[in-house]
Amino acid sequence: MQSHAALEYDYSLAKKFTFLTILFGFLGMLVGTIIAAQMAFPELNYLLGEYGTFSRLRPIHTNTVVFGFTVSGIFATWYYVGQRVLKVSMAESRFLMIIGNLMFWLYFIGALLATVSLLFGVSSSKEYAQYEWPFDLVVVVVWVLWGVSVMGLIGIRREKALYISVWYYLACFLGIAMLYLFNNMAIPTYFATEGLGNILHSVSMYAGTNDALVEWWYGHNAVAFGFTVPIVGMIYYFLPKESGQAIYSYKLSLLSFWGLMFVYLWAGSHHLLWSTVPDWMQTMGSAFSVVLILPSWGSAINMLLTMKGEWNQLTDNPLIKFMVLASTFYMLSTIEGPIQAIKSVNAIAHFTDWIPGHVHDGALGWVVFMIMASIFHMAPRMFKREVYSKKLMEAQFWLQTTAVVLYFTSMWIAGITQGMMWRAVDEYGNLMYSFIDTVTVLHPYYTIRALSGVMYLIGFLMFAYNIYKTMTSGRVLAEEPQFKTPMA
Amino acid sequence: MFFHWLEKNPFFFASAISIVISFAGLIEIVPNFAQAARPLVDMKPRTVLELAGKNVYMKDNCMSCHSQMIRPFKSETDRYGAYSLSGEYAYDRPFLWGSKRTGPDLHRIGNYRTTDWHENHMWDPTMVEGSIMPAYKHQFTNLADIETAYAEAVTVKNAFFTPYGPEFKRTREAWNAHRPKVLADAQAIADNMKNKDVKEAVAKGEVPEIVALIAYLNSLK
Repeated sequence: MQSHAALEYDYSLAKKFTFLTILFGFLGMLVGTIIAAQMAFPELNYLLGEYGTFSRLRPIHTNTVVFGFTVSGIFATWYYVGQRVLKVSMAESRFLMIIGNLMFWLYFIGALLATVSLLFGVSSSKEYAQYEWPFDLVVVVVWVLWGVSVMGLIGIRREKALYISVWYYLACFLGIAMLYLFNNMAIPTYFATEGLGNILHSVSMYAGTNDALVEWWYGHNAVAFGFTVPIVGMIYYFLPKESGQAIYSYKLSLLSFWGLMFVYLWAGSHHLLWSTVPDWMQTMGSAFSVVLILPSWGSAINMLLTMKGEWNQLTDNPLIKFMVLASTFYMLSTIEGPIQAIKSVNAIAHFTDWIPGHVHDGALGWVVFMIMASIFHMAPRMFKREVYSKKLMEAQFWLQTTAVVLYFTSMWIAGITQGMMWRAVDEYGNLMYSFIDTVTVLHPYYTIRALSGVMYLIGFLMFAYNIYKTMTSGRVLAEEPQFKTPMA
Repeated sequence: MFFHWLEKNPFFFASAISIVISFAGLIEIVPNFAQAARPLVDMKPRTVLELAGKNVYMKDNCMSCHSQMIRPFKSETDRYGAYSLSGEYAYDRPFLWGSKRTGPDLHRIGNYRTTDWHENHMWDPTMVEGSIMPAYKHQFTNLADIETAYAEAVTVKNAFFTPYGPEFKRTREAWNAHRPKVLADAQAIADNMKNKDVKEAVAKGEVPEIVALIAYLNSLK
């Protein structure tokens, strides 16, 4: 084999999943913006009858963003990065192409049906795992097919050593598989009786406190293996590629990877502080959350130091800006999380808007930024065209950065205000505020948050438009750019 | 070096990841499992009507804004009642603790709100001035799925030994025999309500979602 000649990679699957990333990203963020606006202006609950209330739409927002947008982004980048770091083209294996396409269609149709099911209130009610059992089965099949894709491509690779990004994709596959299977264990009631009732209904295998523990072991680590692990895998590939810089430290990447693998899962019980799970589990959750700063910051610092001596790129390449800001938001989010996991802080923060604030500085600032940056980097290579507009990219960057800052600052203030008001007592020790007082006071912050949602959504539309124009009318490239993404 | 070797052997690499990520779940969840599954002494499982109400609670996803977990702080016990105990949740599948209090906690709402209050409030939540909760008028016309709730009771009885009586069986005959009991419970709720459509539906042997939901909320004590 001519292993040193440039390979012609097959990007058909990467392209398909890129389209889905943009589609689900738009849908998920649109619904997110609507429900944010509903909290400021409750009349907006009645746009769609019973299907338009905040409570019905919220799982659609979370599931579309997590299992639609982010997972599509993971698949899209895998079908791009995987081939390149393993030095093997998808086109070399008919089997892998068939598996990949099967997975794509099953995933697309499954995701649409599952979203409709949530709209109709078919829900198992466990957060980020609301899909009922038939949709869970589809998820499992899709995931197994992706596993076959990953393992299959690794099986026929030319480059023997697995690059860091592959470690993370592999961990993403294994971690989500384990978590999803155990958390969604349920018995369909229709089949446990003689066909009584609704065929879609099921009952969880775990009850009460145990169910809560399993759920947050899942919920927290779905964030770990969906929002952290694969995104770190992306930045380990795309930042060096875009900047032309080598990764700062191999040892640091080793420490961060294995540290993250070991520590992350323990921290799940910090979602259950002061609840009825035993104290020792709560303490473990708190302690491991603080330890988690090490591997998280390890990766982020490794990325920032990769730019050492090349910070000038920040001024002339907006893609570097996206990635550097993403790892900075990752650092912010991974120091904020452990702070919230300290029991005394959690007593105020839990149940308040500080928690969605925390989620969104990570999700909007880190996950979405990094996925968009990856797509910006991939587009000229996949479509053999220059990125349509650098100016638009710059404008998008500043608009969305402002939106993220507005989002988390307003939610910090809202959360801490409400947490303090719930516990405020007067000179005689009586509660000072009725519950509704602590709701009405939040109106300005909810309004700011809704505004930030609109800004972020507009930024995402600018991104989608830029990619669309790149595909259709960007200047055609004679050869693949090596490092910096060409943009007009 | 060990890691260089590992990175060239994907099978062992994947195995190493699997082992490293399994520790936490095994150590944090398994040892306490049996103890955490124990109910309070003499605790009764929910009636079929209450289960149907719980399913309405899940369908309209009340937990996106309401918790059912009173933490052991004076500010919470003053506001909501005694702090929550693990055994109280032993029959809850799934757990519905929630993670956000856009509205107040509901774990003991049955102690301080009535059928009448819920009826008014679900029809128009702005009876609490400043409330941002949407109205749930569709619950007054949609019918609750009591048959599914019965199937759920039978399932948890057979699979997890939840103490439902011997009359809970897998067959349709058993369900038909139990149905009047559910309707009688629904009638008792509807007697305290004023909505005409609801009263008529219950008189006809139907159970609107709101009736089941109120039965469930009243059982939260």
